[in-house]
Amino acid sequence: MTRAVIIGAGIVGSACAEALTRRGVEVVVVDRSAVGSGTTSRGEGNILVSDKGPGTELSLAELSRRAWLEVGELIGPSLIELEEKGGLVVAQSRAGLEALARFATGQRAAGVTALDVGDPQVLEPRLAAGLPGAVHYPEDMQVQPVLAAAALLAAALERGATFRTGTDVTAAVRDGDGSLSGIRTADGQVIEADVVVNASGTWGGEVSERLGAPVPVLPRRGFVLVTEPLPPLVRHKVYSADYVDNVGSSDAGLETSCVVEGTRGGTVLIGASRERVGFDTTLSVPVVETLARQAVALFPFLARVNLLRVYRGFRPYCPDHLPVIGPDPRVPGVIHACGHEGAGIGLAAGTGRLVGDYVTGARTHESAGEWAELLPDRFAGPSEQQV
Amino acid sequence: MSTTDVLVVGAGPAGLACAATILEHSSLSVVVVDAGHGPGGQYWRQPAPAVGADALDPAELADLHHDRARFDALLHRLEQGRTDGRLQLRSQHHVWSAVPDMQGYAVHAVDRGRGPSHVPGSTTVARALVLATGAFDRALPFPGWDLPGVMTVGGLQALLKAGGVVAGRRVALGGTGPFLLPVAAGLARHGATVVGVYEANRPARWLREGRAVARNAGKLGEGAGYAAALLRHRVPVRAGRMVVAAHGADRVEAITLARLDRAGHPVPGSDQRVAVDAVGVGWGFSPQLDLAVTLGVDLTPDVAGTEVVAVDDAQRTSRPGVYAAGEVCGVGGAPLALTEGRLAAAAVVADLTDGRVPADVVSSARRVVTRQRAFATAILRAHPVPAGWADRLAPDTIVCRCEEVTLGAVRAAIDERGARDARQVKQLTRTGMGWCQGRVCGYAAALLSSGRPGPAVERLVAAPVPLGTLGALAEPTARPSRRTGISDDAM
Amino acid sequence: MSTFEFDGAGIEFRPGQTIGAALVAAGQVSWRTTRVGGVRRGLFCGIGICFDCLVTVEGEPNQRACLVVAEPGLTVTTQEGTGHEHD
Repeated sequence: MTRAVIIGAGIVGSACAEALTRRGVEVVVVDRSAVGSGTTSRGEGNILVSDKGPGTELSLAELSRRAWLEVGELIGPSLIELEEKGGLVVAQSRAGLEALARFATGQRAAGVTALDVGDPQVLEPRLAAGLPGAVHYPEDMQVQPVLAAAALLAAALERGATFRTGTDVTAAVRDGDGSLSGIRTADGQVIEADVVVNASGTWGGEVSERLGAPVPVLPRRGFVLVTEPLPPLVRHKVYSADYVDNVGSSDAGLETSCVVEGTRGGTVLIGASRERVGFDTTLSVPVVETLARQAVALFPFLARVNLLRVYRGFRPYCPDHLPVIGPDPRVPGVIHACGHEGAGIGLAAGTGRLVGDYVTGARTHESAGEWAELLPDRFAGPSEQQV
Repeated sequence: MSTTDVLVVGAGPAGLACAATILEHSSLSVVVVDAGHGPGGQYWRQPAPAVGADALDPAELADLHHDRARFDALLHRLEQGRTDGRLQLRSQHHVWSAVPDMQGYAVHAVDRGRGPSHVPGSTTVARALVLATGAFDRALPFPGWDLPGVMTVGGLQALLKAGGVVAGRRVALGGTGPFLLPVAAGLARHGATVVGVYEANRPARWLREGRAVARNAGKLGEGAGYAAALLRHRVPVRAGRMVVAAHGADRVEAITLARLDRAGHPVPGSDQRVAVDAVGVGWGFSPQLDLAVTLGVDLTPDVAGTEVVAVDDAQRTSRPGVYAAGEVCGVGGAPLALTEGRLAAAAVVADLTDGRVPADVVSSARRVVTRQRAFATAILRAHPVPAGWADRLAPDTIVCRCEEVTLGAVRAAIDERGARDARQVKQLTRTGMGWCQGRVCGYAAALLSSGRPGPAVERLVAAPVPLGTLGALAEPTARPSRRTGISDDAM
Repeated sequence: MSTFEFDGAGIEFRPGQTIGAALVAAGQVSWRTTRVGGVRRGLFCGIGICFDCLVTVEGEPNQRACLVVAEPGLTVTTQEGTGHEHD
């Protein structure tokens, strides 16, 4: 039986554990902390197709959406607060609406359901009046990330997987031929394994170095605002379409693009900002103020609603903004599954499927096919590939 | 935005003493920001300023403040500072964030004193920041603790000091700590029948702390004064007893007491039911650390394992320009807070000016702080939360009052899903996600899941702020984000 | 005597008191219902920490009765659940 160690019990590691045990792989999940306690616990729980243009990421999002629905069937959608609530992308100017329409046309060609909405207030009565138009994406979904990670891990444990919390991985253990035979932990133990899955999210870069197969995963700070509990007044995931006609900016500065959505708990979540500032934990008041202003512009009733909490997280991103998923030829046995940036929850279930294919040999580095763009090779210089 | 040399958060004994000392020994400008209706904090809590023939007169409640003269002297000093244009006191301002700024520290507050529908925000930038944010009552759940009429001991005291109101005709007090006594005495003097003060610990514990107690004879005298008052009003003080349940339909009508064994567990069969119409329960105090934690200053555990702000012998925190005084450095009572406030002022004056607070003032303050910290530590040791505090909880006992999460749900998160600290309990059950952000239930959630008070919780927003208030402050500087900007599930 | 209105009835108070203190003095111990269990709540911590004493003042929900100062003529109403109207 194949033995796999999964490093990281976040949403991606937990989804991998569920997918691997489903295929009969013997799994040990290790994490420094508890299930879903890193970036997973700092997110809104988006499972989106609406924000992705045609390409590999959209393909993965569509695979992942189907996989999430199956996970929901397995676990029970209400236990993980899985809701097919749909997304509504709202234009706030004529130019914005034109750009949004062009973007949606491209998505439709790639199979996304994107419905033009003339009067956004029909779908979201509390939206500001007079907005020029919107696009409705009924396929967008939401999940409660920590509950989902915990449930996925629990499903794996039921099938015989083990979870070792409080465990820090220091190195890969390799055979004479250089292939992997296990991992070493900070307390000096060796856990034997045929494959190691690097699902360590924002810390994926550091873990990949310890495994001898470095991939560049960097932190990108974000804040999410959480309001007081409210009745269900926001029905969809509602975003501003501003992002569509502002493509191309990728410098270190602050970017905000307002996302407003309700939760089962009654709170409204307002995201999200992006800054490349390393692991700086300081609260950025201008970011909070800007997100609040944008949210109130979309939903005027929010002006009198209190902000109760802000949470801050560090998204794991790769320089080309695509996740790194697949076997690393430099250390046979190492499979990466990290760097999902702001889409980790949504892409987790599909990532689990891909990792399952690679672990069982149903798919190999050579037969990656449409997923070749996600392989770690894309970062390696020629000399590193010889290692 | 406004600027000042020194910003003091909190107008209780520590903050007031700090501001007054800075005004006296320097020419620095000082802003004091406080959530209360006027200066005083919880200790010198007063009715809101009011006029009119039927207005509540602080003199009616003067008996509740045995060191009123000291308070008046501080107010006098502040009034002089205000006249000189060097002091601003901003009451009813709730600080929601304090962050580093190029000029020092930026403190963001909302003004809750302009009526419910007008909540303006303000930002003050200061070269030095003094955290004198105090503490709040530590509560622990028990069956019925969410019935109207069940309050914290401090809540009963606040109602009396600020409102002149006794919460009920028949009042019981429970929990632990010397604070129970003055509250009982005050309630009795103002017309309540205090049916009993139920102190979970036993006075014998004090004897073990003999040295620290002996060196604080003044404090003992104070305690003796309350004891005499309680005797006069025939208030029974019963040690080794705990309120294990409150009963009633729409409000509390009775409580059940149990006797605790030596190990701190309720003794089976010792239950006794007492009719009441108000109850106050308090298990000591939790320091108000929200600003300190987000500023990233070093913390240190007190003898009971509760994290407090770590300061040097001049009340400097680990962060240059940030000072702390009073209960945030460890709960120790008003005299200690006052002295620490003066010490913090001396450090601010030394760090920001060429002047000095006289050396003898500083050295005598340091001696007082050393002595009183030892006393505070002795009190903490003598008044632990009993080991059996949770023995009598039921599966349907509410743990998180805001989100209405039961003990059963919390236990399931711990036993079935492996939650090992309050944060994990929160993620799995919503315990601590409501209006109070875990300030009430967080201590219990930590004890239940980890057996310890746990690390201080990070709350990036220290007080609720209307989104409209925030939005009005925003400059549209940030750029809309690109391609993946809207997908922020895993940030 | 100064009064404000609570659920249509006059509540006498002494200027300087909070709404919470005035209600307790008038014999009221609860003025909101919770959004999950629908049970009644009133003052608990009394100093603005616990948010259990939330009440609607002048139509504005979620005001802490222990902090808002009573004023003549104010309209105060029991708060049900979140205090916000459903769609």
